[in-house]
Amino acid sequence: MTQSQYGNAASRLDDLVAPAEVPAQRNGGGPRSADLHAKLDERAAEIVARYPADRSRSALLPLLHLVQSEEGYVSPAGVEFCADVLGLNKAQVGAVATFYTMYKRRPTGDWLVSVCTNTMCNVLGGQQVYDTLTEHLGVGHDETTSDGKITLEHAECLAACDYGPVMTVNYDFFDQVDPDSAVAVVNELRAGGRPQPSRGARLCTLKEMSLQLAGFADPREEAVADGLAGDPTLAGLKLAQQHGISVAGYDPNTPIKGSQTGDKPAPATTRPAAATGSTAPDVKAPDDKSPQIRTAETRNPDAKTPAPDAPGTKAPVDGAPAGPADAKAAEAAGAAANQPASDAKPAGDGGTDAQERSLKSAESKEAASARSELASPAVASEEESDK
Amino acid sequence: MTTTPRRETLEKLTPVLTKRWLSPDAWRLDVYERLDGYAALRKALAAHPDDLIQLVKDSGLRGRGGAGFPTGLKWGFIPQGDGKPHYLVVNADEGEPGTCKDLPLMTHDPHSLVEGVIIASYAIRANRAYIYIRGEAVHAARRLRSAVQEAYRAGYLGKNILGTGFDLDLVVHSGAGAYICGEETALLDSLEGFRGQPRLRPPFPATHGLYACPTVVNNVGTIASVPYIVLGGAAWWKSMGTEKSSGPMIYSLSGRINNPGQYEAGLGITLRELIELAGGMQPGHELRFWTPGGSSTPLLTAEHLDVPLDFEGVAAAGSILGTTATQIFSDQDCPVYATYRWLEFYHHESCGKCTPCREGNYWMVRTYRRILAGQGTHEDLATLLDTCDNILGRSFCGLGDGATSPVTSSLQYFKQDYLDYIEGRTAPKLSEKTLVGAH
Repeated sequence: MTQSQYGNAASRLDDLVAPAEVPAQRNGGGPRSADLHAKLDERAAEIVARYPADRSRSALLPLLHLVQSEEGYVSPAGVEFCADVLGLNKAQVGAVATFYTMYKRRPTGDWLVSVCTNTMCNVLGGQQVYDTLTEHLGVGHDETTSDGKITLEHAECLAACDYGPVMTVNYDFFDQVDPDSAVAVVNELRAGGRPQPSRGARLCTLKEMSLQLAGFADPREEAVADGLAGDPTLAGLKLAQQHGISVAGYDPNTPIKGSQTGDKPAPATTRPAAATGSTAPDVKAPDDKSPQIRTAETRNPDAKTPAPDAPGTKAPVDGAPAGPADAKAAEAAGAAANQPASDAKPAGDGGTDAQERSLKSAESKEAASARSELASPAVASEEESDK
Repeated sequence: MTTTPRRETLEKLTPVLTKRWLSPDAWRLDVYERLDGYAALRKALAAHPDDLIQLVKDSGLRGRGGAGFPTGLKWGFIPQGDGKPHYLVVNADEGEPGTCKDLPLMTHDPHSLVEGVIIASYAIRANRAYIYIRGEAVHAARRLRSAVQEAYRAGYLGKNILGTGFDLDLVVHSGAGAYICGEETALLDSLEGFRGQPRLRPPFPATHGLYACPTVVNNVGTIASVPYIVLGGAAWWKSMGTEKSSGPMIYSLSGRINNPGQYEAGLGITLRELIELAGGMQPGHELRFWTPGGSSTPLLTAEHLDVPLDFEGVAAAGSILGTTATQIFSDQDCPVYATYRWLEFYHHESCGKCTPCREGNYWMVRTYRRILAGQGTHEDLATLLDTCDNILGRSFCGLGDGATSPVTSSLQYFKQDYLDYIEGRTAPKLSEKTLVGAH
């Protein structure tokens, strides 16, 4: 998930759908769609076969990855190829290809270097890493070095915040990077080396990776075995191990039926004394819920929330339905509050109330903290602006 | 200076889902089988599907992807005997900023997810299941695909599983880089081969999901919990966590602490205890603000160190438990800048379907840039809140709602920081240079 230019969708579509001689292709002009058929048809058929026969369009995402495994990006010929295979038109394929960040619209280098600059990595130094690489490589976001080896991008959260700041090369992780170590990695890549990622398998090229993304096994001997768990991944476990902590009362032979607390419905007083973590006082939610919570509750009703059009209600009730009580309750609730979920009005709908409330609460908080050296000018100017 | 946690805090740890990560080869079938692997499957296939749904209901298991919907209830919504194919879709599109619990699980213990998928599919009578894994998660996908292959070879997947007559096909489907596909209906659209954009609900996926058929969409952690519940039973599961939020949860700690990482504990542990487990704050750092469950949950502060981190406790404190991605920031981090970076994220990841989210995030990013460049005005703060009011609850899905969380909460707790930029007491964080042609 990387950041893109603010290009508008229409011009991106033109890139792909119009015959578009993409300028200066390093590989000497993309093969036409017929060549792609010759090279990829067998694999494409394998992909399509993974999905229900009348639902072949589900194969589009893996097919686009497959195109990148040959072309290095989603080329116009590749769009045509996908359209042919699935019986779509090129605009339909182009519309999908332009939506997703991992489908590249220009030829890429062998090595896609992505630096996380989302908040956590950013404050831990990811932004400096990115800035340093930009300067060192002389390219910006989503650009490829002049030798055609490295494409640089800044990425959004890569789901490794406990290892931050992180960087990936063809999506395999380099953990806790700093400007120096990041420069060392790209230098080695440019010199033809293959630096070892902190976790994950040894590096393969972006095209090879795209084949795996299309759902094919990594062909390299035991590459799947590469990579041990790092310390952060095991942090809690190792603590538990060192201090001999485990969860009590685990018996894998507990019967499925009859183990149920459901027979004597749920006053969870039967919880074993060894229960861990139950620090929660049964806090009553305040009446003035934050708008976020109210909205979240509307979107994610729980068992007790009146569920408009609760799914179970339309179930044909032949045989023994799975949860008749739930379905009935949901149906009653649905009838009582028969309005679509999307009509849920968030707080503040009645005008600017919520806004004013928020501002007020922020102000009172501020007044309470009253930093002496700031108080007078800040409050004064704010009062003015409030009028 | 790492501090050692006290004994009573250590006892809050509940290694269940993470337990096998200590065995470096647990991702291989033979090792997994030696560690209780596929025992739950054999046990489950001998039971009636409805009893499994009841078991999961009794366990109180709630969705681990952020919303906390009761899992058994969701399964119970699937109409039975309707003559339509049913589907199970696992949401492995982990991308919420701060969240990093599913990737290690799939990398180090992929079979537990596969086993959970088979049991859940049997319970809801699905013969086809998909794991939609985030595209960038390549190593997790390698391990997962290898696990699926091994499971096919061993007869745990495919036709007539373990001689019971139950058939199941499982496909691991890689996404292509779109945060929005973590939203369940956008995920379904993406899986059908379209742009990943959310659908209007109702109808809910339980009746009109994948290919307009009854579908259960569950998070990785939810499905991976199922084999343990089948083995250990509902009462054992409820011995962890709190009454309304049962079971263990993987807390992902990142930021200004000595030992960031994954800490599995019963729901209801507090941040104070988690920081203690993580060896304390880094030297020279004092807790200032944190997210209880990813950037889409309103920020909390040092006042909230003792809030129980379960669904009810965090809601009572004015935030959302979310994915328990606990990002910890200190007095050396600027809440205004942090919020700005998150908004850049939401702006980029907004799928563009709904105007309030698409346009609102676009403008909020610009407002933040102006404030951080020292050119903000007092009206900007009102504009931000007004924009939030116009985004929250007015789009198809929760992405826009999530974007307002850091804005309104940082304005609530840290308004002075905004004023310091606006009134020139804090040096601009973004220069003219970084503003020109930013992105």
